[in-house]
Amino acid sequence: MKRRKFLKTAAPLAAIPTILNGIPVSAFGASAALESMTGGRDAGDHVLVIVQMNGGNDGLNMVIPLDQYSPLSAARSNVMIQDTKVLKLNGTTATGLHPAMTGMQQLYNDNKLRIVQSVGYPDPNYSHFRSTDIWLTASDSDQLLTTGWAGRNLNNEYPNYPNGYPNTAMPDPLAIQVGALLSPGFQGPQMNMAFAITNTKDFYDLQNGYEAPAPTSLYGKELQYIRTVSAQSTDYSAVIKAAAQKTVVHGTYPANNPLADALKVVSSLIAGGLKTRIYMVDIGGFDTHSLQVDSSDTTQGDHADLLKQLSDAIKAFVDDCNGLGFGDRVLGMTFSEFGRRIQSNASLGTDHGSAAPMFLFGNKVLPGILGTNPVIPTGASVDDNLPMQYDFRSVYASILQDWFCVQQPDLDTVMLQNFQSLPLVDNADCAATALHEINKAAGLNLITNYPNPFTTSTTIQFTTGGEHTLVQVFNGEGKCIKTLVDDNLTAGTHKVSFENEEYATGVYYARFQNGPVQQMRTMIIAR
Amino acid sequence: MNRRAFLSLSELEEEQPVMPAAPSSILRSTTGTAPYTGTFGQKEVKHLLRKVMFGASTADINYFKGKTMVQAVDELMLPTGVTPSPPVNNYSNAQNPDPNVALGQTWVNAPYDQLLIGERVQSLKSWWMSLMLNQGRSIEEKMVLFWHNHFSTELKEYQDARGGYKMLVTLRQHALGNFKDLVKAITLDPAMLRYLNGYLNTKNAPDENYGRELQELFTLGKGPNSGYTEDDVKAAARVLTGYRIDQTTLTSYFDSSKHDLGSKQFSAFFNNTVIAGQIGAAGATELDAMLDMIFATNEVSMYICRRLYRFFVYYDIDSTVEANVIIPMAALFKSNGYEIKPVLELLFKSEHFFDIANRGAFIKPPVDFEVGFARETKLVFPDNTDVATQYHMWKQLTDYGFLLQQWILDPPNVSGWPAFYQEPMFHEIWINSVTYPFRNLLCDALLFQGVTKSGQTVKVNPLEFVQQYSNPRDVDVLIDDMIAHLHPMDADAGLKAVLRTTMLSGQTSGYYWTVAYDDYVADPVNSTYKNIVEYNIQIAVRYLVRMPEYQLS
Repeated sequence: MKRRKFLKTAAPLAAIPTILNGIPVSAFGASAALESMTGGRDAGDHVLVIVQMNGGNDGLNMVIPLDQYSPLSAARSNVMIQDTKVLKLNGTTATGLHPAMTGMQQLYNDNKLRIVQSVGYPDPNYSHFRSTDIWLTASDSDQLLTTGWAGRNLNNEYPNYPNGYPNTAMPDPLAIQVGALLSPGFQGPQMNMAFAITNTKDFYDLQNGYEAPAPTSLYGKELQYIRTVSAQSTDYSAVIKAAAQKTVVHGTYPANNPLADALKVVSSLIAGGLKTRIYMVDIGGFDTHSLQVDSSDTTQGDHADLLKQLSDAIKAFVDDCNGLGFGDRVLGMTFSEFGRRIQSNASLGTDHGSAAPMFLFGNKVLPGILGTNPVIPTGASVDDNLPMQYDFRSVYASILQDWFCVQQPDLDTVMLQNFQSLPLVDNADCAATALHEINKAAGLNLITNYPNPFTTSTTIQFTTGGEHTLVQVFNGEGKCIKTLVDDNLTAGTHKVSFENEEYATGVYYARFQNGPVQQMRTMIIAR
Repeated sequence: MNRRAFLSLSELEEEQPVMPAAPSSILRSTTGTAPYTGTFGQKEVKHLLRKVMFGASTADINYFKGKTMVQAVDELMLPTGVTPSPPVNNYSNAQNPDPNVALGQTWVNAPYDQLLIGERVQSLKSWWMSLMLNQGRSIEEKMVLFWHNHFSTELKEYQDARGGYKMLVTLRQHALGNFKDLVKAITLDPAMLRYLNGYLNTKNAPDENYGRELQELFTLGKGPNSGYTEDDVKAAARVLTGYRIDQTTLTSYFDSSKHDLGSKQFSAFFNNTVIAGQIGAAGATELDAMLDMIFATNEVSMYICRRLYRFFVYYDIDSTVEANVIIPMAALFKSNGYEIKPVLELLFKSEHFFDIANRGAFIKPPVDFEVGFARETKLVFPDNTDVATQYHMWKQLTDYGFLLQQWILDPPNVSGWPAFYQEPMFHEIWINSVTYPFRNLLCDALLFQGVTKSGQTVKVNPLEFVQQYSNPRDVDVLIDDMIAHLHPMDADAGLKAVLRTTMLSGQTSGYYWTVAYDDYVADPVNSTYKNIVEYNIQIAVRYLVRMPEYQLS
């Protein structure tokens, strides 16, 4: 959507609730910052498309370190790609791509592909299950987090969600998952922030009929969850259907390629004007313990088929975005829960490994390869794995900073730690930031605190509808550390103070619950 | 319902007063495994049946309601003792013959046939669905599904229906038996050897896949006190070298020439156990030594009991539940040598299980939803005079399971379905903007059009549906009975009023329903009478099963 159109549809700013840090929000209507948004581009319409490669992708056969060819082929002779068949990249002879990835090769040579070498995390975990959680929650290896990194970002941007959503500032889903299951990566402190669709046509009316009061029990909690899904489905399916009905002529996508189908859905929704910021699609089957390659030809086989699907789909998507005129607004990112072992096994496959390359794609990536080829030890054994060069959370943090223009202290709030800033994407659009303030005020704001960040004490203000009201404080790992209010209150605005009883610095959530309504407020304890 | 009746219904919905929420914070149970001594009435019977079986059929409710809680649980925990007759060829015809198996005969012992992979896989899935639909009064069928999720394998990966069948036989055989025996049987199961590459695991090229999942997913888990290491994964893989599959008979065997003869050193978590390499056929005994070592830890019992709890009660295990329920269950499980039945009895006889705080909060998994719907609405499936049609009907439910994200025999990966393990959403994963509408569509299809093939239709019979209740002539009694049967908790007056308006097409007097019902029963071929009564029943049931309440048990 064009910036100008956004301002038009968002015009009734009076509809946005009252106070933001003591300043009436309507004041933004006259602010220089907001006016500056009408001229030129800003990052308000930036979209991130996340491509998850399930199963643990063999990075060493995808981005091939040609200068390590001899020790690598010694360690994995039965799956090694013949060096003459490796696809060449402009400006380097040391690194090439799997022969199936001609689309990615072209994107690279057109300066639309960024390769980040050896991305992982310290103390790698080799379980699919656990490592996927680590990647999606952006936790430390030994830390269990119940929120996803994209979910925390969306919660930071739209803290009042889902109360009062959809609204004029954000009429569309905050994030869309193309698939029938929502990713834990979108899990916010209160609920999953994404909306699942499998296509843009078939939506069925949900009943949204009689609702008996939900009791404050586990039964009531789950009942309320299902009711929320039902109401949101009705609202959001209408905007998605409308967006998809807008006639656009797409570029050509490869046939029999489910990832391409999913990316085409993403393209049609962007073209239809959805203000959704994050999309997620996935492709499975990378757990290539056996028959990763054909015995007669290592350039063929399961892994080659998958990489071809990936490469063809992404190439078609980037071309389509450009054909439709929004190529500059779209950034893509691939990831997998881990790479695979240097040494292959006897089943023409590879076992679970650690670091692997990531791709970023789109017009605005800083092109080229970041990092160096992994160094393959001579005589690599089953115990040898690739050390990481870059923490995956530095990639996320850099995207948030330079693509979504998330500033400190918000960036640390989302990422929970300070990560290295990497040159991945052109940040020239991050000039105007007033949009963040509008997003933060959208919806019904039921709980705030001041000051925030704080060191010793903060005052939490909340608006209850009366009767039973609960205010609790959770730490960043999702554990309730304090119950501040658990009482029957009169309807209206109340205040309670929260004292820092030697809690660690970091992110905390104040949770407000009143009958079926709940909301989370992000608070920071700083030194 | 005509347009006018529909309008009046929606008006009525909007007028319902919104009552304030109960003045207490979320009620969490503090009860434990002490025996439940409260009332064991109709509500408790339904609660028990919905958890241990697929839905609560009226026949089962009536069967158990005169019994004591202990009698009911004891009976439900017994294996059925029935070995189901195997799946049959439902697929062959002139265009697609099976040279080895006649129509209606079983293919499970027939040679592998590459041209019939898909047909036999579908036959197997349909057949398993039929076992759930026709389950006996036992937890056995639910436990088969529990173990299938626990020892997850994907048929689309190993592509041999014989293997899927054998694995289901093994799961059923041990479903209520001994867990350690089950783990050994699964370790040697041909489909599992295939799925996790165990059959390729040799001394010269160890493959860690099964050695890892054996610990991470099948026995120890990744709980806070599970301390096995990466080196333990590698050592386990070496113990497991040498198992192969005879593809003709689809049986596994031990090939000592592929077995790693070195000694296998395990970590401090396993008390630095060393499993010495054994020569020749004795190499296979290393597996027993390794299982003894794994099962000597406390983590196996803790992990399995947490999984049982999440499958049968609720996903959120807080510190109180851990202390009051999981630890006592785990202690019993371990001290009883990993017998499965006693630990289930402890759970289902406990005051925790019957605690009102733990009722109605479980989001039904798709298979539970589908099979429960079929059993609760007394859906009748064709008999085996036409196996093609019979299996086709069962297939409809497995296909819907695919849309609802629980495709039996094909979980998404080796971890099983995420709703049973994925923090923090767990069961909530089952319901989203894609899957919830499909649940509605499934019920609509079976209530209204039905599924028709070769002249046979599977469809809810509205008259038989209401005749399972105490007094279908009285609209108020009927509504009370339907809600009590289909929803997990008591209905409030508002819902009853909505349904009353629905069933009376906007009239106010219940007499209207009684007359219409009596007319129809007296003259069931009169299409006017039939249409009025059937349609009003259909829309009432549709209303109830579309509600969030029906997603919960």
